[in-house]
Amino acid sequence: MAIEVRIPTILRTYTGGERAVDGGGSSVGELIDKLEASYEGIKERLVEDESVRRFVNIYVNDEDIRFTGGLDTGVADGDTVVILPAVAGGS
Amino acid sequence: MLTIDQATYDAIIAHARKDHPDEACGVVAGPIGSDVPARFIPMLNAAMSPTFYEFDSVDLLKLYREMDDNDEEPVVVYHSHTSTEAYPSRTDIDLASEPSAHYVLVSTRDGAHEGGPVEFRSYRIVDGEVTEEEVRVAPAYTDTAAIEEKAEH
Repeated sequence: MAIEVRIPTILRTYTGGERAVDGGGSSVGELIDKLEASYEGIKERLVEDESVRRFVNIYVNDEDIRFTGGLDTGVADGDTVVILPAVAGGS
Repeated sequence: MLTIDQATYDAIIAHARKDHPDEACGVVAGPIGSDVPARFIPMLNAAMSPTFYEFDSVDLLKLYREMDDNDEEPVVVYHSHTSTEAYPSRTDIDLASEPSAHYVLVSTRDGAHEGGPVEFRSYRIVDGEVTEEEVRVAPAYTDTAAIEEKAEH
């Protein structure tokens, strides 16, 4: 069993159109490094200065990782990771 | 071109009036590939600000999960500007992440909360490029056949 990673529309250019890919690692940070190895360029869209970008949301089993340790949040086989860009803007 | 039914159009404007002077925001979901904004979903502006909007992160996950379960996508993403024109700001453009959505901007700057006019405009925002499009307000989608027929094209 792997970790299911749900990819938002805007990042599917990196995954060849795949809506979900398999991930690995023991933390979200490691998982993103592994994604980067397969889908070069995706990390830059998710991480800035060693933390999750301000307008990117990452959830592990429905929990926003901002509240569970950020990139250090643990992941394990069978978990589901969802990546969603913020829906935000300003005048 | 954005084709939207009168009831949804009115609901977006009513939401913007109600939340003025804060920005109002939401989505109109529709069947994937249909380009039909069918299900109006007003969202809470977690920023509760007159100059910024952001969906709450928990609400956002719930919204996308619901749309996934229903085979829907965000056909319209709307928000209001309360003291500037209904045109995407630099931040709106930078953060636009749904290249197939119609980005609807409404402006309530001309006293809309007191019954004044509301500007309603629609755009495509793709790779930082903004293209305004025509808005056609249709009577109610009276039967699903019309929606299904459109989905086939």
